Amino acid sequence: MALSSEEVRHIARLARLALSDAEIARYATDLSVILGHFQALQELSTDRVPAAAHASLLQNVTRDDTPRPSLPVEEVIANAPRKQDDCLRVPPILE
Amino acid sequence: MPANAPYELSIHEAQAMLRRRALSAIELTQSCLDRIRQVEPRVRALLTVCEEQALRDAREADRLLTSGEAADLTGIPYISKDVLCTTGVATTCGSRILEGFVPPYDATVIGRLRDQHAVLLGKSNMDEFAMGSSTEHSAYFPTSNPWKLDCVPGGSSGGSAAAVACCEAPFTLGSDTGGSIRQPAGFCGVVGLKPTYGRVSRYGLVAFASSLDQVGPFTRDAEDCAIVMNAIAGQCEMDGTSSPVPVPDYRSALKADLRGVRIGVPREYFIDGMQDAVRRSVEDAIRLLESLGATVDWNVSLPSTAYALAAYYIIAPCEASANLARFDGVKYGLSRDGATAEEMVIASRGAGFGAEVKRRIMLGTYALSSGYYDAYYLKAQKVRHLIGAEFDEAFRSYDVLATPTSPTVAFPLGSKTDDPIQMYLSDVFTLPVNIAGIPGLSLPCGLVDGLPVGLQLLANRFGEETLLHVAHAYQQQTDWHLRRPSL
Repeated sequence: MALSSEEVRHIARLARLALSDAEIARYATDLSVILGHFQALQELSTDRVPAAAHASLLQNVTRDDTPRPSLPVEEVIANAPRKQDDCLRVPPILE
Repeated sequence: MPANAPYELSIHEAQAMLRRRALSAIELTQSCLDRIRQVEPRVRALLTVCEEQALRDAREADRLLTSGEAADLTGIPYISKDVLCTTGVATTCGSRILEGFVPPYDATVIGRLRDQHAVLLGKSNMDEFAMGSSTEHSAYFPTSNPWKLDCVPGGSSGGSAAAVACCEAPFTLGSDTGGSIRQPAGFCGVVGLKPTYGRVSRYGLVAFASSLDQVGPFTRDAEDCAIVMNAIAGQCEMDGTSSPVPVPDYRSALKADLRGVRIGVPREYFIDGMQDAVRRSVEDAIRLLESLGATVDWNVSLPSTAYALAAYYIIAPCEASANLARFDGVKYGLSRDGATAEEMVIASRGAGFGAEVKRRIMLGTYALSSGYYDAYYLKAQKVRHLIGAEFDEAFRSYDVLATPTSPTVAFPLGSKTDDPIQMYLSDVFTLPVNIAGIPGLSLPCGLVDGLPVGLQLLANRFGEETLLHVAHAYQQQTDWHLRRPSL
C-alpha cells in the first residue's frame, strides 16, 4: 500500500492544502504506513453488519423555524482578515 | 508550599469556605493567579491568562455570595481548553490558523458556567485542533507533565490536565474525541470524565470529529467531577445531538459502598507491550473495588477491540477533513494572499495548519475520495457497529467495565513525535469508548517511577452516576487523588 507523490498531490489538491515537496514526500510515507495498518480491518467479516452512522440514539431532531435576533454584523465580521462595507472581501472567484 | 493555600482546595472544600465567608472569591482567584505565575514558567499549561476579567468576575461573585444568591460554582475559578469559544477571550485551538481569533459568543458550557458566576482564569494548551496524544502538536509550545517536567502531560487536553495537577485551578474543561480527556487525566493523576455522547452540549466547541466529540471536566476527585457535571450537563437547543434524557443530581450518586455493583474486566485491555507496573496498579485497584463489595468478573471479552484503532483513525480524520474545510482564510484567523479566491484558500490552509492536522486532513480526504469509500469509511462504520454492539452486550451483565486508561505512564517529550502510529497507540484503550458513545472516567490509582497511573471506568450510555459512584467509593479508601507533584 504505497502512495505515489502524484497521488499525494491529488489528495492535497482535493483538500485545498498547499504542501511543499518535502511535505509531499513525508505524507507519501506516513499515509502509506498508516493505510497499511488499516488493512487489518479487512480480516474482519462485516458482510451482514449494518454501518453505524452515529453514536447518538436521536433521530430527526427538528425545531420551529422562528426568526430571532442574530449577532450584529460588525461583531460577526470583526475577526475577518479583509473586509469592506460590512462584507467579507475575497479575491475574484469568477474571471 | 504552604499547607492549605486556597489554590490547593478542591471545589467542594472551597465552596464550603466561600459559603461561610471564611474565604472570598477574590482571595481564591488571586491565589490561583499567583500559583499560575509561580508554576507556569515550568509547566506551560496555558495559552492565555485573563487576569483582569477574572478579578472582575470574582468581585461580582463575592457580591452574590454575600447576598445569598450564589449557585454551586459561584466564585470557583476554572480554566477552559482553548477549543471552547469564550466571548472576548482569544480561542486558538492550539493552531496558527486561528491566531488572533476572538469569539463573539460563548460555547454553551462556558455560558452555563458564566451564569453560575464561575471565574474563568484562562485557556489551556492543547494539540492543534485536539489532534494528538501529548500536547506536543500545539502550534505554540509543548506542555510539561507536572510530575516529571521532561515527560508529556498526555493529550490532546494536556494543558487542562496539567493545570489541575499543579493546582492552577480546582477544575478545568477539556474535550475528548478518542481519549483526549481520559488519557491526559491518567498521565497527570487527576479525574477526567468523557460524558456520554449527547450528555453535554457541543455548541461552541471547535469541531474535530462531530460524531465522537464530547466536552467534559478535569477535577481532583469524583465529588468535584459530579459538581461540574451538575452545571454543564443537559440538552441545548443549539446542539441537535444533545440529549433530552433528564440530568440527575450527580452528587447524590456518591456513595462509599459498592455492594451490588457488577464489574467486568475485558481481557483485550491487558495487552502485550503494556507496562507491567501499570497492569499491576490497575489490577490492585480492581481488587480494592472488590473488597468494597463489588463483584468482579476477570474474564470478559470484547473481541472487536483490536479493530477500534484502525476504525477510529478512519472515521475521525474523515470527519475532520470535512469539519476543517471552514478554515479558509476568509472569516477569521490567518490568511495568505492569492490571485484567486481558491489560491488564497490553498495558501492560507497550507500556511496555517501544522503537520499532524495536515496529516489527518490528507488521510480523511483520501479515505473519502472516489473509489476508496467502501474500503475505508464504510468498513470502519461497520466495525463501529460491532464495537457498539459488544459494549451493549457487556452492559447487560456488568454495570462497569474497568481497564487501564493507557498502556503506559506518561512518555518522555519528543519520544513519539516522529512516529504517528506509536503516538496513536497511546489511545488504544480510550478510543473504543468514543466509537460507542458511552461514558468513560479516568482516576488516579498508582504511581510508577513517580508518574501517575490511570484506572478507566466505563458504563452504559447515561451511566455517569455509576462511574462517579465507583470512583468516589475508591477515593474514600485511597489517597492517590490527594498526592501532588512537587513543584
